[in-house]
Amino acid sequence: MTREEVENETDDMLIDGTVEQQRQDDKAVPHEVNANYLKAYYGKLFPVTDIHKWLSYGNDGKHPACDESYFGRREFSFTLENDVYLRFRSYNSASELEKYIKDSLPFKIDIGAVYSVDPSKRFAYAQSGDNVFTPVERELVFDIDISDYDDVRYCCSGAGVCLDCWPLMTIAIKVIDTALRDDFGFNHILWVYSGRRGVHCWVCDARARRLSNEQRGAIVDYFRVYKGSENSNKKVSLPGPALHPFLTTSYTHFLKPFFEEKLIHSQNLLSTEERYEKILEMIPDESVASELRGKWQDKKRSSNSKEDINIHRWEQLKNLLQSGKHKATGLRRCIEEIVFAYTYPRLDMEVSKHMNHLLKAPFCVHPKTGRVCVPIDPNRCEEFDPTTVPTLSGLLEELNSGASQMQIDSENKSDTISLGKSIKLFKSSFLHPLLKSCKVQVFLLQCCLFLQAFLYFCSIFPAFK
Amino acid sequence: MEIVRSQKKAPTTVDAVPITQLYKSAPALEVRLEDFEQFAIDRLRVLKGISDGLSRGKKHEEMQKLVTDLLRANMRHPDPSEVINKDIISHFVLRLVYCRTEDLRKWFLANETALFRCRFNGESAEVQRALMSELDIPHKALTKAEFENARDKLSQVARSINQPLPGSTTADTTFFKVPFEEVPDLVAGRRVYIHKGHAYVAMNQVVSLLVTKFRSHLSRALVLTNRSSVPLTVVSLPRKWTSAVKEQEKDRLSPIVEALCTSYLGPDYSQPRELAEMSIKDIDQVAKTSFPLCMRHLFEKLREDHHLKHGGRMQLGLFLKGVGLKLDDALAFWKAEFSQKVGVERFDKEYAYSIRHNYGKEGKRTDYTPYSCQKIISSTPGVGDHHGCPYRHFSEENLRAALYKMGVSSRAMEDIMDKVRNRHYQLACTLTFEAVHSSSCDAGINHPNQYYIDSQKALQSKVNCI
Repeated sequence: MTREEVENETDDMLIDGTVEQQRQDDKAVPHEVNANYLKAYYGKLFPVTDIHKWLSYGNDGKHPACDESYFGRREFSFTLENDVYLRFRSYNSASELEKYIKDSLPFKIDIGAVYSVDPSKRFAYAQSGDNVFTPVERELVFDIDISDYDDVRYCCSGAGVCLDCWPLMTIAIKVIDTALRDDFGFNHILWVYSGRRGVHCWVCDARARRLSNEQRGAIVDYFRVYKGSENSNKKVSLPGPALHPFLTTSYTHFLKPFFEEKLIHSQNLLSTEERYEKILEMIPDESVASELRGKWQDKKRSSNSKEDINIHRWEQLKNLLQSGKHKATGLRRCIEEIVFAYTYPRLDMEVSKHMNHLLKAPFCVHPKTGRVCVPIDPNRCEEFDPTTVPTLSGLLEELNSGASQMQIDSENKSDTISLGKSIKLFKSSFLHPLLKSCKVQVFLLQCCLFLQAFLYFCSIFPAFK
Repeated sequence: MEIVRSQKKAPTTVDAVPITQLYKSAPALEVRLEDFEQFAIDRLRVLKGISDGLSRGKKHEEMQKLVTDLLRANMRHPDPSEVINKDIISHFVLRLVYCRTEDLRKWFLANETALFRCRFNGESAEVQRALMSELDIPHKALTKAEFENARDKLSQVARSINQPLPGSTTADTTFFKVPFEEVPDLVAGRRVYIHKGHAYVAMNQVVSLLVTKFRSHLSRALVLTNRSSVPLTVVSLPRKWTSAVKEQEKDRLSPIVEALCTSYLGPDYSQPRELAEMSIKDIDQVAKTSFPLCMRHLFEKLREDHHLKHGGRMQLGLFLKGVGLKLDDALAFWKAEFSQKVGVERFDKEYAYSIRHNYGKEGKRTDYTPYSCQKIISSTPGVGDHHGCPYRHFSEENLRAALYKMGVSSRAMEDIMDKVRNRHYQLACTLTFEAVHSSSCDAGINHPNQYYIDSQKALQSKVNCI
């Protein structure tokens, strides 16, 4: 069975009401990405000017404090049709970038760091010996893949995603987004669907862009609770008499409600022996584990209960672990550890740790699924449905069927095409607030420059004071 | 015995000077050649001890004790007033030695910083404050109101890391509100409360702030020292030093400097030894007989799953390169496995690049070196990962099973597990080597590639005996 088939089949199982429609969509939409489709997409829909505006961070204005070379020092990387992979490309303006994209029709566009010098001319500087070619700015990025959750989801595996496991991504967005804002004080955060099996996060505050690799590593470790590799029993360990406030917040606001109200029965975590054994393994006290095992193997009693079997057993487990006789042994923490193990976000840490890591640009088309990497509103991320994301071929159909006259740039008409909504979201919730704060920063920088000039002037002409 | 003479005003009493030095500028001191070398070697012993302690995953308190012992054993001087000079001189000599490559700098920086941390922790509160102001750390503590506002969270953090609750004495209520960027180690360990970009640092954590500063000072100084220097000559000494060192001693210093920096890092196994080549057809056989457990495990997992995650690919890939697997063979080897899982096309597209990259054929074209034990032990494998050091990262049952599979007898097994329990992972690996090869390994295992080479030697000599 090919992967595509697996995906479709799991889709069918889950989206009860929309199965029929979904199947039709799948038939009508060839999930193929080819140069002709891309030509139309990059020509008419891809919001290259907005991306240029974003990555210029206000440096494309006319202010004297603007750094004109800023955008030109950004690395772009492209994957072309026949797997030609190009790194360290750079462009001085939106039109240069647009021209290149329209000419070469890349299957994938990656965005890298802003370097000390123009990346395409890096060899010219390499000869001078000193390490002049280094990354100087980079958004703090996160990459979360559903395939990293394979040991805790039973509906799909690998690249497959369905509406039963996608909420794991939703919860990851909520936990990380809340901490980035409340703990670290970041404001300009963009969440993007990665096109197939996960989400990307771009933290774009000036402060975030200037973090060193070490500081990035520190943030990643702050978010990390997984200690075990495949070869240790415990995947999560939460030592200490109390949890850090960040973990408490995540647990009470997001993880616990999600686990108990949704995941536990959507994934049937305690329904079969194989599955509940995995949870019992995480209880360090063998006598407790075997007591529960005894109760659960006795099928008669549990089947009488009208309640969902998973929830019923979870309550049993909790009651036993929280009961007086086990309080002293530190088993209480075990409940939290189980919930964390099943729900806490799993970040691909290497991506976040280093400034020079590449990440796929928003609004790219995923070459395998044909889905567009659209932004996700973190405040309404539970409404996001990866199976109804605009696809390349779907968009082109919309273009051809009458809506073709409208232009994506004009605000009012863009709603008529499904991508318009995403572009609007990108602009209103991310780009506009970002540019506003960039303007303030450029203005402040200008004031500083002016003040410096003034002080210098005073020092030359002391009498002027 | 007037050899090392301080030209600065001698400190009035030794006690008044903090033991913790900031090493902001090179001292104007005259140094005798023997001391030049001896001091440096003494300090190197301390740093090496620290590096071992860190790689064994020792905790803060344990490190504190270790450093005290190391200093007592190595950094004393017959003349008590010279102890500080010895400290300063040895630091600056090693700075010269270790400024020359990125790896040396990294090693030196990490261990000097750890030394600084331990020393600072041992200082009295007054000295600590003095050092803070010398490093330009504005100690503006939280106001009463700010403290009360954050009190709940602060005590929750304190409980989470087993620290006394703030507020029981006045000293405990001293907190500093600093940008979180300045205390990366506290952020990484979730040892501080962070709110809106500010970390709330307790008085007893203030060392982290200083360490960050100390580190960045030293790091910059190392790069500068290296840049301003003509490699391998004593001309590279900072000016004050050069003036302190007489002309005719130049020739005698140069070899010392050179010898010092190779003494503790050990070989890096980046180039396979001569004649050491491995072809793909031998690889399964060799993996069984001569791979250390960490590599053997990765190798078997790769054969089993036809896939390894990034950390595993790096650890095994670079090891195989060090063993003598040529680039073409490496590509063929990885391709044969990965293509079964992801297909040839995806392998060529997504994985081949990084293999060529490891061999210095892509990107910035660095010829990467195989990972040392220390690096592997300190790695942090996550879900789905198989890399890391089995002695550290495996659960006891899994480790026992793996060792059993290697043919370790039950008696040797207990010795190994004993070392593991005491976090002597490299010793555990050494014992495994000895158990498997039934020959001794006196040097100990410091590098997976060394394990491989020693193993091949041991096997060879057995063949010769027969």
